[in-house]
Amino acid sequence: MSLLHYVILTPFIFALTVPFLRTYLRNIHTGWFVIFVPLVLFIYFASHLTLDIGSTPIQHTIPWIEKLDIHFTVYMDGLGLLFSLIITGIGTLVVLYSIYYMSKERESLHTFYIYLLMFMGAMLGVVLSDNLMVLYVFWELTSVSSFLLIAYWFQRQNPRYGAQKSMLITVTGGFFMLLGFLFLYTMTGTFSIREIIDSAGQISTHPLFIPTILLILLGAFTKSAQFPFHIWLPDAMEAPTPISAYLHSATMVKAGVYLVARLTPLFGGTMEWFWIITVVGIITLFWGSFMAIRQPDLKALLAFSTVSQLGLIMSLLGIGSLALHPDQSMNAMLFAGASLAAIFHLFNHSMFKGCLFMVIGILDHETGTRDVRRLGGLMSIMPISFTLSIIGGFSMAGLPPFSGFLSKEMFFTGVLTAYRTLESWVILLPLAAWIASIFTFVYSMILIFETFTGPLHLERLDKKPQEPPYGMLLPPTILASIVVIVFFFPNLLSYTILEPALRSVLPPAMLGLENGFEVNITAWHGWNTELFMTLGVILFGILLYKSLRHWKGIYEWISPKLSLNHLYDRLLEGGENGAYRITNLHMTGFLRDYLAYIFATVIIIAGGSLVWQNLLTLDTSQNAPISIYEYVLSSLLVITALFVVISNSRLFSIIAVGAVGYMISLFFVIFRAPDLALTQLVVETITTSLFLLCFYFLPKLRKEVERVRLRIGNLLIALGVGGTLTAIGLAAQGHRLFEPISYYFEESYTLAGAMNMVNAILVDFRAFDTMLEIVVLFIAGAGVYTLIKLRQSGRDAK
Amino acid sequence: METFMTIVAGILLTIGTYLVLSRSLLRIILGLSIFSHGAHLMLLTMAGLKQGAAPLVGEQTGTYTDPLPQALILTSIVISFALTAFFLVLGYRTYVELGTDDMRELRGENDE
Repeated sequence: MSLLHYVILTPFIFALTVPFLRTYLRNIHTGWFVIFVPLVLFIYFASHLTLDIGSTPIQHTIPWIEKLDIHFTVYMDGLGLLFSLIITGIGTLVVLYSIYYMSKERESLHTFYIYLLMFMGAMLGVVLSDNLMVLYVFWELTSVSSFLLIAYWFQRQNPRYGAQKSMLITVTGGFFMLLGFLFLYTMTGTFSIREIIDSAGQISTHPLFIPTILLILLGAFTKSAQFPFHIWLPDAMEAPTPISAYLHSATMVKAGVYLVARLTPLFGGTMEWFWIITVVGIITLFWGSFMAIRQPDLKALLAFSTVSQLGLIMSLLGIGSLALHPDQSMNAMLFAGASLAAIFHLFNHSMFKGCLFMVIGILDHETGTRDVRRLGGLMSIMPISFTLSIIGGFSMAGLPPFSGFLSKEMFFTGVLTAYRTLESWVILLPLAAWIASIFTFVYSMILIFETFTGPLHLERLDKKPQEPPYGMLLPPTILASIVVIVFFFPNLLSYTILEPALRSVLPPAMLGLENGFEVNITAWHGWNTELFMTLGVILFGILLYKSLRHWKGIYEWISPKLSLNHLYDRLLEGGENGAYRITNLHMTGFLRDYLAYIFATVIIIAGGSLVWQNLLTLDTSQNAPISIYEYVLSSLLVITALFVVISNSRLFSIIAVGAVGYMISLFFVIFRAPDLALTQLVVETITTSLFLLCFYFLPKLRKEVERVRLRIGNLLIALGVGGTLTAIGLAAQGHRLFEPISYYFEESYTLAGAMNMVNAILVDFRAFDTMLEIVVLFIAGAGVYTLIKLRQSGRDAK
Repeated sequence: METFMTIVAGILLTIGTYLVLSRSLLRIILGLSIFSHGAHLMLLTMAGLKQGAAPLVGEQTGTYTDPLPQALILTSIVISFALTAFFLVLGYRTYVELGTDDMRELRGENDE
């Protein structure tokens, strides 16, 4: 166990103590204890910033299931470190924020913090695991904790719906991803991401290569809420706001982005990887920003905004992957710029979106609503919140002097690079990006100005608004400060965070670089296309925002029946109804039907394999001769048995069954089995007399009044079972796979002092078997006795 | 002989299966009884018939019939006896309590 292993396990271990903290230290908010976990871990990760983690990654292995090549291998390089810092850093702020957001008296804090810590550990596990199977386990664990946290207020219906939706969509995607991982294992023979990437060149011609890309991307896209799987994220906003800020904007939804970035060295450079990721990303960016404008709920607005920003990062990663394409080695550095932009924007997005979520949480907490139609004019009452939302919102809109401006410019550079290299209709890429940025600008303005300016309607609010406690303002303030600082000193991040992370996405060795990348981010590039695009965004953004009520009607054009949510609901409903119908179809409640299934299975499996394996043999060579009285006895036996079927008299039926039993014992005599014959005689006598004893009470046998179809069905099943078993019996005579062991029992006198071999087997060689048989007899006897006794006592009670 | 006896046992099994699938509880019990007879016969036949003396040491003969299937069948006879007895009492009590032995009626109300 290395320290890094303990780091991943710490949140899980600490989670075990949370219930005790809640029980014994009720007066102190549990969050004050929990906060130390992310804080300490953050300091631990931050201490690695000074080490050159980009060129010397940390790797430790604990063997786990060696036969399956599953090892708990932790691996921390630049990308893992960046994510770990975000997870623990935002985690610290979110826990601090939650101390004020979650009421100590009303909420069940221990479950909240246990889920939160579980998520934190799982998420660290995702970004620090080198083994794909371990990564998958942690990946699904984040889905589970997300499910639990969305449904935190499970008493209400909407959180339950949202939780189920997110679970179904992300876990389905995760399942396909697992399939993709297994394909990778088939191709490379290892689960280690390091080793798989090392064999990147060899697998690109494998027939499973493209299916693997599709399957893994399905997992990444569902997790990172890419179109058309984004529908779960807005419903996930039913979670408490600290959770939305943490899981559903800063960390968990970026797991898909992480996976794409992590596997870029493997798949990057293929056109399929580039096209799928870039196009899906751009569509998501566009659709998310377009849909965000119509949302009256501020959290829903932020959810669509997150969807859109994730699409932006995704498309940048897609463009950046072209740097590894063999035909693009001339432009490799330009494409690498897109990857850098992706990493940079990922960082920025976590900052400004976290800040915005916390501000919305404050609004919700202080006014009792987050409906944009009820809010307004809060600027004078909540000046600090207003400032914070300006910083976060302007950064999101891509305005200077905030960090979002830098990464947005780099994003424009990225899409323009793609267009300049590939030309023709790729012009749609920068165009869609530009229009989406205008929408982004518009919803950022809605977020800021519809809430804080305009007329104040106190009567529409549930509470009298005021600034929250400073502890609640502190976390968003820290994030907002980072947003501003990064704009002025972007190169603080260049070689500490960005360049090492870029090395993981695009290994310098693959690009023929010896000393890594040169990263120099500046705000001013001169009057280039990107700047004009930004100016255009501001211009058209203001125009569209001002004329919002004139064109908002276009949202009505989209029929709700055509929406993806409608499709999801229909699918779910259809699935439930279908399952219900299928169950009802075969679970009829009739014994006859269930028996018919069992018999049919016998016929299909046993009979089918007989036919399939070509075992239908008839070997008459070993047959003993048959004498005439054996023919007569057999005919009598069959006729008597048939009589039971057609008879309507219970007396005759019972006697006929008794007669069959006696004839069987005659056969035992003929076949040299004296013990069997004796036993059979005794048992048959007792059975028949039992039948006759019950005869008085038993109902009269009625004629079977079944429908003809059913009777023919029964007949066919009976013939099938009889035929199959006969065929097995006949086949058994033609085959002798093993030497008989019966010679052993011929020594019964010397071994057990018994002259009768059958008896020796029963009471000596297999005595334990016989003992259990007696137990069965005893149980049956007890059952019979109880059934009769119960009836009598029941009568007495009446 | 073996082929012939296998077919006879197969007919018993067919009749047993058919009875087990019927509606009347009594028929089901009788069917089970016939089914186990068929199974015993089949088991005995599979080991080969009339190929030696009864498996009693001291018989003046070179070979004995295979004693192993006989031991298995002996166990089975006793077990099926126990089962039949239990079913019989169960069926009888079902009839007394519920007034029917028809499996369709015993299914009870449609509770969906």
